[in-house]
Amino acid sequence: MEGRAAIVEVKNLTVRYGEELVLDDVSFSVHNGERFMIVGGSGSGKSTLMRHMIGLENPEKGRVIVGGTDITECPDAQLKRVMRSIGVLFQSSALLGSLTIGENVALPILEFTRLPKNAVADMVRMKLSLVGLECYEDHLPSEISGGMRKRAGLARALALNPEILFLDEPSAGLDPITAAEIDDLIQHINQSMGTTMIIVTHELESIFNLGQRLILLDKASRHIIAEGSPVDLQKHSPRPAVRHFFNARAQGGSAGR
Amino acid sequence: MRHKASTWGYTLTENADEGGYTIQLQGNLSIETAAESLERLLSELQKKTRPLYFDLSGVTTLDDYGALVLFEIKHHLQIPDAQFHIINPFDSYRKTLALVNFDFEQRCSVMPGSRRGNFIVEIGADTIAAFSSVKFIVAFLGGISLAVAEVAKHPRRMRANDMITQMKSTGVDALPVIALISFLLGLIIAFMSSLQLKQFGAHIYVASLVAMAMVSELGPIMTAIVASGRTGSAFAAEIAAMKISEEVDALYVMGFDPTLFLVIPRMIASFITIPLLTVFANFFGIAGGLLIGIAMLDLTASAYISQTIETLTLFELGWGLMKSFVFALLVSGIGCLKGFQARGGAAAVGRAATSAVVASIFFIILTDSLFAVIRSYIG
Repeated sequence: MEGRAAIVEVKNLTVRYGEELVLDDVSFSVHNGERFMIVGGSGSGKSTLMRHMIGLENPEKGRVIVGGTDITECPDAQLKRVMRSIGVLFQSSALLGSLTIGENVALPILEFTRLPKNAVADMVRMKLSLVGLECYEDHLPSEISGGMRKRAGLARALALNPEILFLDEPSAGLDPITAAEIDDLIQHINQSMGTTMIIVTHELESIFNLGQRLILLDKASRHIIAEGSPVDLQKHSPRPAVRHFFNARAQGGSAGR
Repeated sequence: MRHKASTWGYTLTENADEGGYTIQLQGNLSIETAAESLERLLSELQKKTRPLYFDLSGVTTLDDYGALVLFEIKHHLQIPDAQFHIINPFDSYRKTLALVNFDFEQRCSVMPGSRRGNFIVEIGADTIAAFSSVKFIVAFLGGISLAVAEVAKHPRRMRANDMITQMKSTGVDALPVIALISFLLGLIIAFMSSLQLKQFGAHIYVASLVAMAMVSELGPIMTAIVASGRTGSAFAAEIAAMKISEEVDALYVMGFDPTLFLVIPRMIASFITIPLLTVFANFFGIAGGLLIGIAMLDLTASAYISQTIETLTLFELGWGLMKSFVFALLVSGIGCLKGFQARGGAAAVGRAATSAVVASIFFIILTDSLFAVIRSYIG
């Protein structure tokens, strides 16, 4: 993993919502092609961190550099270009409810390529078959199950072959079998397409199945309290709180206290 | 990072011995170049003899969009498998290239719930939907009757606080707009009728005309239409949002009757406030007429008012008010009904609000004409 170029860098990021400090001086970098995880208990600021990394919100202090561009202060046109090179799978899948699955996936392809309509339709089928949803293109998001919506959201996030894919709790709210299938799918896409994956999660199953490297955010101190591979941290972390997290043992209060 | 240099190219050579053409592809066959390469290759290969050999030894990048280009060429020009060859691909592209032999038709069986359907299927589906909608309406009316009976027996079971909140938003908050509209309406009627009545010197009858028109027709109907836009749509949108986010189900499971909980406070609130608003509308309409009467027709205020009082009978006032009670039930009932009928996502909320307004305006006009017919019999 060393020696690979950093594709996303977060430097001294501080986020505050009103009086409340959400992230305090967080720095890390994500290497090209790896499966990187942002881990932490509920309310530790994982999703907030991701929202800053995809440019949805501007931090109070610090920089976020995606593919060489500082997205916290670059002009809008440049930000749009960066946005095109990333894909995001939102926690609720965020499929547009008025469009069919196929139309949802076709939306970015029609907007950003000049391919003819029938080629786009074939591309949509290819993308849907990649996530195991062939034949569902005429269904509305409300007509398919939660796991299938996740897959469809993934197909839409992958529509333009992004270099970086952000996934917000990809297996949250799914049954264990479906969750494991989604994890396999993420791994398969990462390996076959070389897409850098940045995954926000708190599911231990996913962390151990998927994670190559991770950061652990702590609710009390608002810092990163551990960085490394999941198995390594579980066994050898000097901090008991970190080992507790990966062994899923409840303790009085949140990790790190 | 991915190569920023997104160039591609090809050379076409005619094969000497086995016939057909070899297309030597070079460079980047990916999302950046797919549209251009597909267009150019299609027009180039349209009339070339088969078989075609695609030599990929010079390709540096190939993603699924690159595979799509090859797939589209094969599909579009209807080249059979035996005459379409891909030679010298990098090993790492083998998986991507499998997409070229994708057969969607074969892999796709007809899935249940698919939106495809022919004309006859659509008619059948609409008929079934219409019947179940009638069933739903009957059940809804039944639910309201039961809830009203329940409230009559145990008045404390009604959520009085909700009702007061609703009365404020449907009544007090609507008063300025109702007052303004009916004042202007009274003004307009007085002005228009004065143009005619002046010719006969019958200025004083402007007062009668305004009073009759406002009290028996325009007051109730304008109030009901404004209420359907303000109140009915709000009821529909709010209940629809609660329905799709399972809040209604939660109420039901906790042992509440959603009709008693949500519909009754809203309907009773409207039943009280909409007739009250109608009284205000009548008042402001007559005030508008009075302004024209004094300013343009040289009538005195007292003459105008006494003529108004002389024209209006108790029956007239009661008739208009009774209509507005009926309209209040229509507006609030249809609003809640459309909310409960909502199903699906965010778009369903918008649809519920729209159809609530459209349906209530339609039914307001329809019942008003029924009232007119009934009245012609009463005398």
